[in-house]
Amino acid sequence: MKVIVNISLKEGVLDPEGQAIKTSLSNLGFENLNDVQTGKQIILNFKNLEEKEAVLETKKMCEDLLVNTVIEKYKINILRD
Amino acid sequence: MRSGVTIFPGSNCDRDIIVALKNITGKAPIKMWHKDIEFPNLDLIVIPGGFSFGDYLRCGALAARSPVIKSIKNHISRGGAVLGICNGFQILIEAGILPGSLIRNKKLLFTCRDTMLEIQDTIVSPFLSGLKKELHLNIPVAHNEGNFFASETLLNELKNDGRIAFKYIKEINNDIDYNPNGSSNDIAGILSKNGRVLGMMPHPERAINKLHGGTDGLKFLTKSFEQIIG
Repeated sequence: MKVIVNISLKEGVLDPEGQAIKTSLSNLGFENLNDVQTGKQIILNFKNLEEKEAVLETKKMCEDLLVNTVIEKYKINILRD
Repeated sequence: MRSGVTIFPGSNCDRDIIVALKNITGKAPIKMWHKDIEFPNLDLIVIPGGFSFGDYLRCGALAARSPVIKSIKNHISRGGAVLGICNGFQILIEAGILPGSLIRNKKLLFTCRDTMLEIQDTIVSPFLSGLKKELHLNIPVAHNEGNFFASETLLNELKNDGRIAFKYIKEINNDIDYNPNGSSNDIAGILSKNGRVLGMMPHPERAINKLHGGTDGLKFLTKSFEQIIG
């Protein structure tokens, strides 16, 4: 079973990469944007584990290593086959 | 002075600080491999700059979970001094030893150049007590993620508690690029609550010889080491 973790910056944290992408998009004529946010995705491929356990373990992984909770937030999604 | 320098896969300023420690104190530091946990008691541990674990996930994130970090935390609880330079600063923050966060430079550029630092009015710290406050030091930076970011609450706390060690400062009034990374309140380095852990983005070990273009790093390190032994 795969669990997907989407990590993005919290509100109010400077996202210079997002700003640079917005500027480039604007140069290409895409003017309908308020802002652009970047983030990262981590896909965890679990061994045989109940969905509930996998989510609990993923949450712990996020808090212990995957996410810097000072500046980042995360969402956990399950990828069902 | 008994000192140690941690080495992670991807550390690349370890040799420079080893040379600095040896030249200044006359005694070579021990090398602390990231997987090792047993070390003799030390006065100072330096976490050098570089790209530990290839900067994967976040700068310093993987190094901060290495076995050697437990030894560093024990050393700190015994009152030992720790200096984290550049990636070492990032590691100290990722390990929760220093607060805040170091994010991508505001202009998205890897910045490698001299910066002018001003010593702040701090709590008692072996790293700064030997130097006059408001003294300026010319020390280079070389980083991509050195933009110190923290909540307003933490920034106020750091200021009120005298834990801001250095700020980037303008040498001339119209210098708009004096802050190389866009850090909050121009912060270049911060101290732990007890003043014995210092994290800084600039590289003092890269300014210890006239051939480096300056010796302000030597001045800073020499005074620090004197205080640590003292």
